[in-house]
Amino acid sequence: MTDVLAAALADVLTARSVTDLVRLSGGASRDTYRFVADGTPLILQRQRAGDVRDMGNEALVVRAAGAAGAPVADVVASSTDPSALGSAFMVVTAVEGETIARKILRDDRFRHAREVLPAQLGAALAQVHAVDTTGLSSLPTADQVRQYREALDQMGQPHPAFELAFKWLDANRPEVGPPVLVHGDFRLGNVIVGDDGLRAVIDWELAHLGDPMEDLGWLCVKAWRFGSSLPVAGVGEYRQLFEAYEAAGGGAVDPDVVRWWEVLGTLKWGVMCIMQANAHVAGLTRSHELAAIGRRVCENEHDLFLALEGRW
Amino acid sequence: MNLHDMPSAEQLVESVREWLERDVLAGTTGRLQFHTRVAVNVLAMVERELRLGDSQRLAHAQRLAQLGCADDAELARRIREGELDDQLAQVRALVWADVRDKLAVANPKYLER
Repeated sequence: MTDVLAAALADVLTARSVTDLVRLSGGASRDTYRFVADGTPLILQRQRAGDVRDMGNEALVVRAAGAAGAPVADVVASSTDPSALGSAFMVVTAVEGETIARKILRDDRFRHAREVLPAQLGAALAQVHAVDTTGLSSLPTADQVRQYREALDQMGQPHPAFELAFKWLDANRPEVGPPVLVHGDFRLGNVIVGDDGLRAVIDWELAHLGDPMEDLGWLCVKAWRFGSSLPVAGVGEYRQLFEAYEAAGGGAVDPDVVRWWEVLGTLKWGVMCIMQANAHVAGLTRSHELAAIGRRVCENEHDLFLALEGRW
Repeated sequence: MNLHDMPSAEQLVESVREWLERDVLAGTTGRLQFHTRVAVNVLAMVERELRLGDSQRLAHAQRLAQLGCADDAELARRIREGELDDQLAQVRALVWADVRDKLAVANPKYLER
């Protein structure tokens, strides 16, 4: 199986040799492989059957972000034509480092990285949001409040706490400026970190056009602090993120707008928890780990009350 | 009024959790150990629900009754449709109390953070 894939990869890349091909445990919607082509370590991502997200968009976005100087892996090859590798794919340079959030937050070797990360994350977001969107009009622009309300309704499990939060979100919608490129899932887990800090932003499959403050708010959602008391990705204070973002050319940050997106992000993660438990209950993927996630919904409900205390 | 012999359901679940903690966690590594830890947490959750479930069910019904709702579905619908807009402070207090009860079963440590 991997022999066939290695040969096809050599063909696509016009490489003399493709070796050390191994499958990495990847995300739910992509198959990820690591391999070496003519001595260069590379990463292959292949779209999995049934994934509605367009790998072509992702390759487009990563190229545009790289061209704008944002820290991303270089795209070596990509295609939406399934004839070459069986499905749409993207090949990027392999960036060495750690992606597992708990290691980045706890291991001694990342002590320095944790100090510089808040500013680096802010600067990287400013670069992403400055990407020229001229060629990116195929990206989604959905209204997420509506999108997640519909997702929640589809599961048929009404949650009064979520309705209260939706009501607040509707009543406090921030004014929207011109849409920019938004990463859509910017947090520990989706960045590669070395001893020296941020090396690359990965997992662009939720990239879309929208309000830049969405990425800042999502980065501060409680779930992405992984138990740390620090609000920004578990490594920093709000002020550090906002100052670095503004200093790197991002627009002025209104903390209330970031908070609005953080509240929506908390609600989104709550709805996703219901969806994950539903994947088990409906029999798509039988797993006690997914089942247990269903009982984490109340963590998000509690976080919503905490975030909105004094703001209702 | 219980038909069944001892141990109780809670004690049965507890015995399995203790075995997982004592023997299985120590004998596994990596992914299997992680999934064992998840299983331990799930069983501990079931124990708490068996212990607290009855009184929580009663408290939940009383909160719903204060708002004149039969269940969470009706409460959610009435919040969305604005029927409770003139008493939102009370609604929020009662819903948050429900959420705290859910956490007391799902993850009591979360309430201490």
